[in-house]
Amino acid sequence: MTTKTLPLKIVAASIVLGGVVLIANAAATRAGSAPSAERGKYLVMAMGCNDCHTPWRVGPDGPAPDFSRMLSGHPQDEVMLEPKLHPGQWAGAPTNTAFMGAWGTSYTANLTPDETGLGTWTEDMFVRAIREGRHMGQGRPILPPMPWPMIRNLNDEDLESIFAFLRTIPPIQNRVPQPLPPASAKKDEQS
Amino acid sequence: MSLRSSSARRLALQTLAVATLGAAAAFVSGGPLDEIPEHLVDTGLYSDIASHAIAKGVLAFEPQYPLWTDGATKRRWIRIPPGTSIDASDPDHLVFPVGTRLWKEFSFGRRVETRFLLLATDGKWKFATYVWSADERRAALAPERGVRAACESAPGVPYDVPGRADCLACHAAGSKSVLGFTALQLSSDRDPLAPHAQPVPADAVDLGEFVRRGLVRNLPERFVQTPPRIVAATPRERAALGYLNANCGMCHSSAGTLAGLGLDLSYSLADSGKAPAIDTTLERPSRFRCASDGDPLRIAPSAPELGVLPRRMASRQPLSQMPPLGTHLCDADALELVTEWIREDLARRVTTNSSDLHRNTSY
Repeated sequence: MTTKTLPLKIVAASIVLGGVVLIANAAATRAGSAPSAERGKYLVMAMGCNDCHTPWRVGPDGPAPDFSRMLSGHPQDEVMLEPKLHPGQWAGAPTNTAFMGAWGTSYTANLTPDETGLGTWTEDMFVRAIREGRHMGQGRPILPPMPWPMIRNLNDEDLESIFAFLRTIPPIQNRVPQPLPPASAKKDEQS
Repeated sequence: MSLRSSSARRLALQTLAVATLGAAAAFVSGGPLDEIPEHLVDTGLYSDIASHAIAKGVLAFEPQYPLWTDGATKRRWIRIPPGTSIDASDPDHLVFPVGTRLWKEFSFGRRVETRFLLLATDGKWKFATYVWSADERRAALAPERGVRAACESAPGVPYDVPGRADCLACHAAGSKSVLGFTALQLSSDRDPLAPHAQPVPADAVDLGEFVRRGLVRNLPERFVQTPPRIVAATPRERAALGYLNANCGMCHSSAGTLAGLGLDLSYSLADSGKAPAIDTTLERPSRFRCASDGDPLRIAPSAPELGVLPRRMASRQPLSQMPPLGTHLCDADALELVTEWIREDLARRVTTNSSDLHRNTSY
């Protein structure tokens, strides 16, 4: 695959990821029920996971998730250029899978069961990652705009259902790049 | 706080099965068995906290390979309920009796925090940390999410008291919850090259003494006769493997939650002579890569500085540093040790194509 350079769109910092508002209702509807992939599918599709974890493309009706790459995260060969950002601004790639702001550059994760995605993850790891905001449940911080502080309010059954569903989707090989620190931190690291 | 991982559950059940008899005797002054008190003084560590006098029955110990915490000076203690003992049948996975309490005190010129582990009657470990007052006369339970910049570890460098979830990141990641109190760590055959090893306090108890006092039982006879040590090709390799085991192996092992990574930096006495920290890193590709990285190796013997393992040890950028929490400063001494080990020992191993060298050689 050839490397593509994406133009950037500047987005206002006040934009709220739309699907997140559904979380509270989703958690409340079936709290306490046994985990199931069916329940997980309902939650994933309603909560907006595809908004950022599935690359978007522009079709005849405008931008929409490309479900042929469902939940495969930021495409590994697409590079995000560093935009000029004013304080308080952040930017997103047209695929809606890469974001840059004061925290650095974040790339959305491959959530498919491929080895490059969640293939090596355990349910326990997934639940802890959401609960604590750490990659693999115990590693680096999970970066904005991933709304884990809201999703962490789901009960165990719902989080386990989401993980169960993610095990059923088609595996897609896509090794998402590591996140990058902000430019200031990169200078410190090199000095 | 409960432990979710299956390995932690398994360990907890083992512990409960072995040590239920200890429960009745496992009360200490100030509180019942399962309680995490609001104040350190009520955990049973001190007979007089104002003078820092340690309570009777609380024993000091000193691991030979300490965890790097930005240069903190540490002291450690354990209290085993009277009439109980630690089962060391599996020297890599000690089984503690219910009611066991451990403390670790962190100081930067003065006492800053004391961490506390308690094995509750349900067989689950509880974790807490207490933050000391400036006059060091009392310490109170830290908030659930810890304390940012509780002090400075060096000029301008903050030291953070961890939150309870941070505790679990390491203590619930592998097949054991107690990390610094192990047969290898307590061995009297101490590694002179271990980075940041502190002098053994005069009142500290080592593995042999724990056995003699009947507080550790069922230790395999070979380790009673010969204190455990890491089998390695060179003294430098011994120290490097010990450091990686103590600082990385709690998460990166074949039995922990990250087992799927295939990166094992732990050291097993049961498998003495095997070095998964070499087998799973040397010229092995890393999953960690930046866009400009190409296909990096975990350890690249021809160019140690390019390997992901030393690069992440050297980094203190939150997105790439290892360990990912608990430290703001690179452990320069350990990085030098590991880099030299790669450059001198591992490079030679590759050159001579003697991958089994470490298994058969003891200096």
